[in-house]
Amino acid sequence: MSEATLYEKSVPGRIGIDLPALDVPEAELPEDLVRADNGLPELSQIQIARHYLKLSQRNYGVDSGFYPLGSCTMKYNPKVNEMIARLPGFAELHPLLPAASVQGSLAVMFNLQECIKEIAGFSAVSLQPSAGAHGELTGLLMMRAYLADHGEHARTQVLIPDSAHGTNPASTSMAGLTVTEIPTDGRGNIDLEALKAACGPDVVGLMLTNPNTLGLFEEQIDQVIELIHGCGGLVYGDGANMNALCGIVRPGDLGFDLMHFNLHKTFGTPHGGGGPGAGPIGASEQLAPYLPGPIASMQQGEVADKAAYRLQMPERSIGRVSTFVGNFGMFVRAYAYILNHGATGLRSNAEHAVLNANYLRTSLKNAFPVPFDRTCMHEFICRGKVGKSPVRAVDISKRLMDHGFHPPTNYFPLIVREALMIEPTETEGKQTLDAFIAAMLQIAQEAENDPDVVLSAPHTVPVRRLDEVKAARKAIFCDPFPDAEFLSRPS
Amino acid sequence: MTNVLFTEDHEWISVDGDVATIGITDHAQEQLGDVVFVELPEVGKEVAKGDEAAVVESVKAASEVYAPLSGEIIEVNGDLEGEPSKVNQDAEGAAWFVKIKLLDTSQLEGLMDAAAYKAFVEANA
Repeated sequence: MSEATLYEKSVPGRIGIDLPALDVPEAELPEDLVRADNGLPELSQIQIARHYLKLSQRNYGVDSGFYPLGSCTMKYNPKVNEMIARLPGFAELHPLLPAASVQGSLAVMFNLQECIKEIAGFSAVSLQPSAGAHGELTGLLMMRAYLADHGEHARTQVLIPDSAHGTNPASTSMAGLTVTEIPTDGRGNIDLEALKAACGPDVVGLMLTNPNTLGLFEEQIDQVIELIHGCGGLVYGDGANMNALCGIVRPGDLGFDLMHFNLHKTFGTPHGGGGPGAGPIGASEQLAPYLPGPIASMQQGEVADKAAYRLQMPERSIGRVSTFVGNFGMFVRAYAYILNHGATGLRSNAEHAVLNANYLRTSLKNAFPVPFDRTCMHEFICRGKVGKSPVRAVDISKRLMDHGFHPPTNYFPLIVREALMIEPTETEGKQTLDAFIAAMLQIAQEAENDPDVVLSAPHTVPVRRLDEVKAARKAIFCDPFPDAEFLSRPS
Repeated sequence: MTNVLFTEDHEWISVDGDVATIGITDHAQEQLGDVVFVELPEVGKEVAKGDEAAVVESVKAASEVYAPLSGEIIEVNGDLEGEPSKVNQDAEGAAWFVKIKLLDTSQLEGLMDAAAYKAFVEANA
């Protein structure tokens, strides 16, 4: 059932709110600024409340059900972190307050930096970047600055595996550098021979996700990092999958020079609804002076045993990459999440994420081919193909919606045909996983015996199969001001 | 089609004298899914073998189409820009992408014929 827009529901003259009587003299506006029709819908408050409630009820989030969207880590965001972030002392801070009056908040930032340093084995952390891809760009700019300081101006090539997130090559281009793609070998690792061949005096470094987007731990990570360092390059870690390693492996110890952390994946902050994100970046001792700032620092104050916190620019900083300190509300949530779980809890989260993914992999692999069939980390890839059935990955995903599940990621990574990328996260129990397995196995049977029911899915959700071509290229946008001349419109 | 050659990047090449008509194979369009956008090069552009010659975007992914041969772009199939779904309907016919005036016909050596391409696709299924 479709929900009409507020413009369609508008009734001329209906009023949603009564304004108080004017208690100041009415100002005269220049005539050319006065319009008879402002193009806004006219509705009562209850109409608006119902409209948005209905729309919100159609939303599907991790609080509605299982959401195994691979690479996105759709895990539960504990509500206590929301309560803490909404405490007035945090929520009502003004970013221009002097350091002396916001010591508690600076302590949160400092302590979060310290936690991430410890978890990842880095020398310093900046909380500035506002998302993972922003962290990537920041890291590349730091690598450039570091190499320039060392007279290495000829290095322009960034090596990126063909399984990488699309943001890696995009960030590289934005940083003014060139991408060299490195293939994946038969076990799902970066191809060592191809990497060797690409290493040379023009290499800025390697961008590597570990575990990679196939959900597999890079088995030759030591040799990979040695090769890059051996040719004078740096190793950037795409920390998107750090949630699989937390408390088990420290990227800094492996030799990564830099890595960003997606607080919404690893440390349970919300994915947003378009809201602000945070992608802090950690650096080795060599790279730490180049971090964006300001970052929080601590020194012993004048009062005995009382620390004093302040904001400071790193020595050779590339500068700011966001206004003020970054998205502070996310820092509060992530710090609360880390304190709440503690070291053993974080490790346990990673272990359960890996256990859940392997449980699904082994339960589904006989029905859906798994291209790199070895113990996976927090997610795995299978192919959405069943025998000779015409059913494809996208059809299976649509059919899963009839079972009340959010579909997995489709058609990524690009190197696996008909890829379904499944990430259950640590927050799901066995009953949910079993229900998902049962649904997948039923769909595999349907694909063979009754493919039409899968090809025409979904059948039970408010919106059926969408015309994706139209959605991608021929979208119809509602024009709320069809008569207004003051708006410029695309021709 | 006679005298049609194929590449490992799933492009077909139909050669007439020193002019090659190039498109993506039926197998390629099937793997891409519904094509929503095709970006073509400018006529007159010189391309070297392996250069990006066009971009094809489907509901799944955006992919580059690489020039399988060196030469000058002498004609592009403008119909595809207005009607990209043609690629799904007739990939190896009306939905050709570009025509290239070849610099070096020896580059045609080593390309696959229809039977070899079919075997290549099956081997990589």
